[in-house]
Amino acid sequence: MSTLAVHDHEVAHHGDDHGHHHKATFLNTYVFSQDHKMIAKQFLITGIIMAVIAMILSILFRIQLAYPDKAFPLMETLLGRFAPGGRLDSNFYLALVTIHGTIMVFFVLTAGLSGTFANLLIPLQLGVRDMASPFMNMLSYWLFLIASIVMLSSFMVQKGPASGGWTIYPPLSALPKAMPGSGMGMTLWLTSMVLFIASQLMGGINYVSTILNMRTKGMDLWKMPLTVWALFLTAVLGVLAFPVLVAGVVLLVFDRSFGTSFYLSDIVLNGSQVQPYEGGSPILFQHLFWFLGHPEVYIVIMPAMGISSEVMSVNSRKPIFGYHAMVYSLIGITVLSFIVWGHHMFVTGMNPFLGGVFMITTLIIAVPSAVKTFNWLATLWRGNIRFSAAMLFAIGMVSFFISGGLTGIFLGNATLDINLHDTYFVVAHFHLVMGSAAIFGMLAGVYHWFPKMYGRLMNEKLGYLHFWLTFIGAYLVFFPMHFMGLDGVPRRYYAFTEFESMKQWLSVNTFVTWAAIISALAQVAFLYNFFHSIFFGEKATQNPWEANTLEWTTPVERIHGNWPGEIPSVYRWPYDYSKPGAEEDFIPQTVPLSQTMSSNLPHDFEDNPAGLEAHAKWVNTQKSNEEVK
Amino acid sequence: MLSLLAAFVLLGTNVLMAQTDAASASPATDAAAADNGLPTAGYYILLFLIVCFIVAIVGKILKVYDLSQQVQGKKPMNWNNLMGALCLVFLVAAAYGAYWEFTVHGSMILPAAASEHGKKIDQMFWTTTTLTMIVFVITQILLFTFLFIYRYNAKRRGHFLPHNNTIEKVWTIIPAVVLTVLVIFGFFTWQQITNHIDAKGEPASINVDVTGHQFAWEIRYGGKDGRLGTTSYKLVNAGNKVGLDFKDKYSYDDLQADTIYLPVNKSVRFNIHSQDVIHSVYVPHFRVQLNAVPGLPTFFKFKPTVTTQEMRAKTDNPTFEYVLYCNKICGGAHYNMKKIVRVVPQAEYQAWLSQQKPYLTDQLKKDLKFAAESKGAEDKRLALNN
Ligand code: HEM
Ligand SMILES: [Cu+2]
Ligand SMILES: [Cu+2]
Repeated sequence: MSTLAVHDHEVAHHGDDHGHHHKATFLNTYVFSQDHKMIAKQFLITGIIMAVIAMILSILFRIQLAYPDKAFPLMETLLGRFAPGGRLDSNFYLALVTIHGTIMVFFVLTAGLSGTFANLLIPLQLGVRDMASPFMNMLSYWLFLIASIVMLSSFMVQKGPASGGWTIYPPLSALPKAMPGSGMGMTLWLTSMVLFIASQLMGGINYVSTILNMRTKGMDLWKMPLTVWALFLTAVLGVLAFPVLVAGVVLLVFDRSFGTSFYLSDIVLNGSQVQPYEGGSPILFQHLFWFLGHPEVYIVIMPAMGISSEVMSVNSRKPIFGYHAMVYSLIGITVLSFIVWGHHMFVTGMNPFLGGVFMITTLIIAVPSAVKTFNWLATLWRGNIRFSAAMLFAIGMVSFFISGGLTGIFLGNATLDINLHDTYFVVAHFHLVMGSAAIFGMLAGVYHWFPKMYGRLMNEKLGYLHFWLTFIGAYLVFFPMHFMGLDGVPRRYYAFTEFESMKQWLSVNTFVTWAAIISALAQVAFLYNFFHSIFFGEKATQNPWEANTLEWTTPVERIHGNWPGEIPSVYRWPYDYSKPGAEEDFIPQTVPLSQTMSSNLPHDFEDNPAGLEAHAKWVNTQKSNEEVK
Repeated sequence: MLSLLAAFVLLGTNVLMAQTDAASASPATDAAAADNGLPTAGYYILLFLIVCFIVAIVGKILKVYDLSQQVQGKKPMNWNNLMGALCLVFLVAAAYGAYWEFTVHGSMILPAAASEHGKKIDQMFWTTTTLTMIVFVITQILLFTFLFIYRYNAKRRGHFLPHNNTIEKVWTIIPAVVLTVLVIFGFFTWQQITNHIDAKGEPASINVDVTGHQFAWEIRYGGKDGRLGTTSYKLVNAGNKVGLDFKDKYSYDDLQADTIYLPVNKSVRFNIHSQDVIHSVYVPHFRVQLNAVPGLPTFFKFKPTVTTQEMRAKTDNPTFEYVLYCNKICGGAHYNMKKIVRVVPQAEYQAWLSQQKPYLTDQLKKDLKFAAESKGAEDKRLALNN
């Protein structure tokens, strides 16, 4: 009831002062905009820029891995002191790996993904004029932007950026003398992350409150598209988990700057400099980090799952299979993801009994993941599949999720993890299941909802090219890494030249690097397509994909407040595709059941006895009519 | 078009050749200005631009072709069919690729475990691999064949199937059961492996202290008494690398070693320490890994079962060595922090052990005024200390 009240107020409020409550200037339209659609675009473009930067970093360190003995004078020209003599410095190599990981996980796949699609889709798919708190929403973007700039600025400091890995385990990250990157670079990293988390919290609180309080009439929770469900649970996860990382980071700042020993104990530097720290525990940091870190990987993948579910349903012209199961498995993943973090710490010296417990919880979380996969396959079964570019990326997401998820079953088994931890097997696992799958989900979303952002369509054919090159490229890059890991090749090694046993992988590394370069170049097809289509793309129609959800009932012009008149009401779930008896193969959520008597099913009236009765009556009269004929 | 490309490729090779020539002709003298890699980079960039150009032209041709078809009243190109077919082609190619990977790269992985507990790990690994590969193959085949079979056809409609509780229960329960089995086996094996306390009646394990610091490992054996003396990080200095406490009489005969020698088929316990940042003791052939954490000693007990000699024969590699290396990012030289491990017959182990030098060198003894004190007095002092 309160939902309705709030909503009515919204309508009234917007109904009468629409159009005169602020003048549109360049500044408040494109820069300090409080319109959720503009903020979504700001997140997206910032995310894309950060992704390109992180991708270039990865190519730099891949070149080092492919040609560990070769000097590239150009490298020195570009990187100066970080590549003396044209060869990457080993500390700088670690800095590249660290910043690549940090940017990809947090700035691209967390902020870029959730920030874009939560902002764009929550109001549009739920029938809301804007976020609960547009100002806080704007702030969320600006904090994110500042965090990005601070993170990148660490390339400017004398000793280079943070370089302890994206997981920044102390004492390495706590002792400026332990490595160059643990000086100023780490300070900037920590600053950037605190700003970033503030941004995430503002965004997250906004998403949650908008979803819970502002849905349009008829949009009960079980009528929400899976995208919104996923974004909702993602936001909940973020709001609950990110503060723990702040705690971890703040204690680290104390250890670094104020002489405390939360994480430090029994330390001697350079073989003789005994440090005064006593009684701290480096393991404590790992607990705090992974308490966020594991939910974080689901923060990354769940929006991609939601987007893929939606895109696959639309383009298969079929309802998503097992909508309820899909939602319950998302909820299951959300809850379970808080009690599995220890699987990152099996061999850290954490009490082995604890390891055993975390193994149990970890393998349980594979069950909802499996259910989702099977449901996607069932959605495709007997569909009528349209291969839009978005659809291809959604399919790619499923393929990667399967390939990468299965290796999780190895790693989640503490016994097997003894020999796999911190090897390339882990690198292969998370790049497939998180890196590739989540990026593909994000790209699916961009291709699919581009019309809702820019009123135009992206070029489908170029999208196909982009898809196949990236899809094949990603497999070529990450598949061989499993075998390297099974040979005991460690991750985060600057070169594999110092060990006889690792030399057999040098040629594989060269191959992987070239596959990575080609996949990276394939992204030019996307960048060109994206930026070109913003200005010159084919004009979109109102509902180019013939989809059911509410965003396709808004005008192509993308006005402030989203709907020119009253906000539409919702009468049905979002997945009535190819319903037998219906005229078209899709029935938008705004079409009342009373207008679709011929296609209604008893199933549509599950929580509506009156409706069911009416339906039964209608069916009976139809039957008797037929008999009369 | 093509001739243009050919000419370009030729030009590029010339540039590259010139570069290699220049590089070989002037090893270190004047390479700086001329040979900064710009021509090569420029060549690759141009090559990429040409590829883009070709893509654009192909795109235009397709568009024109499509339009002309439409003008003639024929059907436009059916992209759905093409993509559906590509999915099938991908499936076949990827199946071959995966098969190739498993046979070629799959044969480059670690040999069977050279330790007792490692065999259990291997067994579990292969069970898990079999189960997951079955799922992998089935799901990927379904995914890509569905895409082909159910590709768009204007005459058809999708099959309206919102849910089916029976099948959903089936595919929730089956993975749950399989995973439960894996968890149970994993759990008990894990408990066995991580137990590092010698059981009553079991022969005592050989204790080896492994201490990591940037960027090397210090190895300490217990000496004649087989017991390791206590250490303290506060005592660490250039002369006392592991911070041995010489007030503890067990430390007098502690030996330092450059290589880790282990007798075959004897239980060994690594006592793992770190002095600065987190390191990780990783000996993949034994399936041994455990982090070295400052302030928190960790322990890994295992029993090597294959000598280095036997492994050399088995892997057909006369220079084969077991290697212990660091597997937790620890700084700039993390990639080169290793120790050789030799597994040898008992007799050879004893012979080697008797050659090792104690930590308590003559120099240290003098420094600590050991020589002056009589053994008896020392013992009394220790007793008082206790
Ligand atoms: C099927 C369920 C999954 C299981 C059982 C699982 C299990 C694991 C385990 C045990 C590790 C630790 C490996 C190690 O460091 O030794 C790990 C690492 C990782 N997983 Fe998963 N995982 C699953 C799915 C996912 C998903 C869905 C994502 C992300 C979307 C993900 C992202 C990661 C990342 C990023 C790491 C590496 C973190 C690092 O050390 O840098 N995993 N996974
Ligand atoms: Cu995890
Ligand atoms: Cu190390």
